[in-house]
Amino acid sequence: MTVNIKQWPGTALATRDLEQGHVLTVKYKPRAEYAWDAGVAIARYLEELKAGRLIARSCKQCDRILIPPRMFCEECFRPTDSWVYVEDTGTVNTFSICHVRWDVVRLDQPQLPAVIHVDGASPGMGILHLLGEVAPEEVYIGMKVKAVWEEASRRQGSITDIRHWKPWKEE
Amino acid sequence: MSERMAIVGLGYADIRSCTPGISYKELMYEAATRAYDDAGINPRKQVDSFISVSEDFWEGTSIFDEYVPDQLGAALRPVHTVCGDGLQALSCAAMLIETGQAQIVAVEGHSKHSDMCTPHHIHQLAFDPIYHRPLGAHPQHLAGLEMARFLHESENTREHCGLVVQKNRRNALKNPRSVYGSDLSLQDILDAEPTFTPMGVLDAAQPADGAFVVVVAAERRAKALSTHPVWIRGYGWCTETPAVDSRSWGEAAYARLAAHQAYRMAKITAPARELDFAEVDDSFSYKELQHLEALDICPQGAAGAWLQAGITQTGGEFPVNVSGGSLGVGYFLEASGLMRLTEAVLQLRGQAGAVQLPAVRRGLVQSWRNLPTTTGCVVILERADGRE
Amino acid sequence: MAKVAVVGAGMTRFVRRAQETGRELSWQAAKMALDAAGLRLKDVDAVVIGSAPDAFDGVHMKGEYLADGSGGWCKPTLRCYVGGGTGVFAPIQAWYHIASGRFDTVLVVCEEKMSSCHPHPQGAFLTIFDHTTERALGPNLLWIFALEMNRYMTVHGITKREIAEVAVKNKRNALDHPCAQLGANLTVDDVLASEELAWPVNRLDVSPASDGAAAVVMCSEHVAKRTSPQPVWLEGVGWHLDTAYWTNRDLYYPQYLEYAARMAYDMAGIKEPRKEIHIVEPYDPFDYKELHHLEGLLLCKRGEAARLTVDGVTQRDGDLPVCPSGGLLGVGNPIAAAGLMKVCELFWQLRGEAGKRQVPGMPRRGLAQAWGDLMQVGTVVIMGI
Repeated sequence: MTVNIKQWPGTALATRDLEQGHVLTVKYKPRAEYAWDAGVAIARYLEELKAGRLIARSCKQCDRILIPPRMFCEECFRPTDSWVYVEDTGTVNTFSICHVRWDVVRLDQPQLPAVIHVDGASPGMGILHLLGEVAPEEVYIGMKVKAVWEEASRRQGSITDIRHWKPWKEE
Repeated sequence: MSERMAIVGLGYADIRSCTPGISYKELMYEAATRAYDDAGINPRKQVDSFISVSEDFWEGTSIFDEYVPDQLGAALRPVHTVCGDGLQALSCAAMLIETGQAQIVAVEGHSKHSDMCTPHHIHQLAFDPIYHRPLGAHPQHLAGLEMARFLHESENTREHCGLVVQKNRRNALKNPRSVYGSDLSLQDILDAEPTFTPMGVLDAAQPADGAFVVVVAAERRAKALSTHPVWIRGYGWCTETPAVDSRSWGEAAYARLAAHQAYRMAKITAPARELDFAEVDDSFSYKELQHLEALDICPQGAAGAWLQAGITQTGGEFPVNVSGGSLGVGYFLEASGLMRLTEAVLQLRGQAGAVQLPAVRRGLVQSWRNLPTTTGCVVILERADGRE
Repeated sequence: MAKVAVVGAGMTRFVRRAQETGRELSWQAAKMALDAAGLRLKDVDAVVIGSAPDAFDGVHMKGEYLADGSGGWCKPTLRCYVGGGTGVFAPIQAWYHIASGRFDTVLVVCEEKMSSCHPHPQGAFLTIFDHTTERALGPNLLWIFALEMNRYMTVHGITKREIAEVAVKNKRNALDHPCAQLGANLTVDDVLASEELAWPVNRLDVSPASDGAAAVVMCSEHVAKRTSPQPVWLEGVGWHLDTAYWTNRDLYYPQYLEYAARMAYDMAGIKEPRKEIHIVEPYDPFDYKELHHLEGLLLCKRGEAARLTVDGVTQRDGDLPVCPSGGLLGVGNPIAAAGLMKVCELFWQLRGEAGKRQVPGMPRRGLAQAWGDLMQVGTVVIMGI
């Protein structure tokens, strides 16, 4: 009965109330640490990244090539069938020009996150990554890009073994 | 009331102390595949709703429900998660079926405890951040406090608690779906390293990995799908209070209240007579005794004596945790209730293998969400050819 | 099927930082809802709690922690969880408690205290991404919204200027909401001139981080008829969750929401949603999301929601009032509480009690919707008198 309610609960504090100690606070830094098992599919994905290749899994029932790879097809609910190498080129499906870090602190250079549809995988199969070696205003949806790999000796078996994706023209 | 419902599919996978080669998704997929095969259904077409139990901090992922659908065959389907024990999710599945809006519901719970590097620190995050956590104590100190009060208020003894450990770990030796089977003497247990006195290190269940999936169906579908449906006769759950300063330390009030609800639904008035066996929470040794009393299965203060007299042993009149319970099988985070449920369903189907009890018709399963909670759930199950 | 009603609603003010703890906020909202329903805690058979990531409060098993503040003392208490979709899912969970015939009166409480998370609540979102294939890239929450917004704009040829109309409308509507955090009289140019955070998202395209709680009391038909002068009925509920492989989906259209909406429309017997729904409270954490959701809810054709907004159709006095409350953009976004706030708004609107926010023409049916996860879940409730 919003019309009949005169008093709404909830007490707003300002930043200075905390900084100047007008209210008491308890600080606690969580120690929540994990080491997730990558599993069969992603472990192979990471190994191949270390080797400078992108790998996917195929499902012969729905005839899709899936990346990131998975041991089961979520569409057909059956095990996927085989490993398939895919290209390290692709197409920008969508992107952003991000000026802030997670804590909303401004970045000197904007980051260019993008969903990149990977050549050789089924249409619509994209991965999240970053664009580089391109002026932000020149990025567009549909732009062809190619992975820029970390030097072989510095690769760790991580998605960051690809430094970023740069504009690329098909030969 | 509405629809009756039964468990028609059961799947479990990778019950081990750790599962390094596979991801939680692959773990869940394996259990789900088995459950759907057991029920003879295609999840992409025949399951109306999916419910998973998880907590973000157990997984190390915020908004963990994001990662639930794919490996359950649930992508682009009605899925939700419950931040509770698997038996609470089973109760939700039962309610969904009783609305008439769903015919078949799948329930999933898993433990990838081995992914946590700092489990005790993570567990500690469940304590009140202002009043309790700053004390900095190990999370299991609450169990020590509770055990002390429970023993003080009742006729149960430290030795009775040790006998629970001995019984359950011995039971697990016969159960291939378990991790911690062991033949210990009572003295081994009493002499084990003290942790939170009166508790010792062997009084606490140890964590394990594993995944459990259960398929529940409305009566009409259940009879068509399964030659051995196990009926859900009653269910109930309850939270007493998160406040450590005002909870009942001596008795498990949550289990008593949850049982009232379940017994009322199942029309049970004399549990020990009308039920044949129970799989109850034994995350800590004293909990089995405390829970049996709260569930009115044995008289107040008599649980230890019952055990000593052999009543709750496998060959006894009212076997409890024949599977080995959490002390013997393992502690599976929010999936612990589903582990107990799995064991009870196998018993009622006559598929429990070496731990099979003769001629069981009706059983009780009870869960507790472990420290620091006062939340528990009770489910009553009955074999297909039982009372009609 | 058994009928289920909402008979009382309450909420706290939504603020950037509340002095109250999460339990206290929950209690305040729960008490208001019970008072509004003329019921007492002893009349409540079960409690449903909704709250989004535990990482905000830094409390593991947050539902347990909130239980006594939410009235869940010695009662069957459950917490449901579908990320940002939770605020509208919680009443769905209460619906199945009651529609099953097992419970008569259920108290639903949604709480969020985002300000506990330091240095910034957004930190809680770092861990929503896949731990192995995505987190190493250092993603933040703005990315997914910006990626989705860009895709949506590009596919349909919609401009930022058109989208900004949503922020202007909702923040203005919120000026009439007594609990609002960010009510304001702005122009489209103000939105476009605000700081660019992650193109195409500017600061004023985004709802704030907030603390707050909301609650409703829900009842079975016989209790509602006995205790409530004007129950508001839950006519339909729906929810769907799409694949976690969000980079394998085309983000321009929320298919999962369409499915959730169809589930709710079927249950409510609605054939032509555009004609049969009189008020919409879609989830609007970012301004483009309101448009995206209107399309997913089948309330307009794909790509046409911006046009409706520019033409004033979605204003409070328009043909299809959208977010008359002020939405998340204006009232604030304590995640689960914000979703339930929309259900509270429908309750007040349909009873003609929304005061300055009242939609004219005696609306008889409304829809509230929430959304969340990795652009993945839609939850829908249809309410009517």
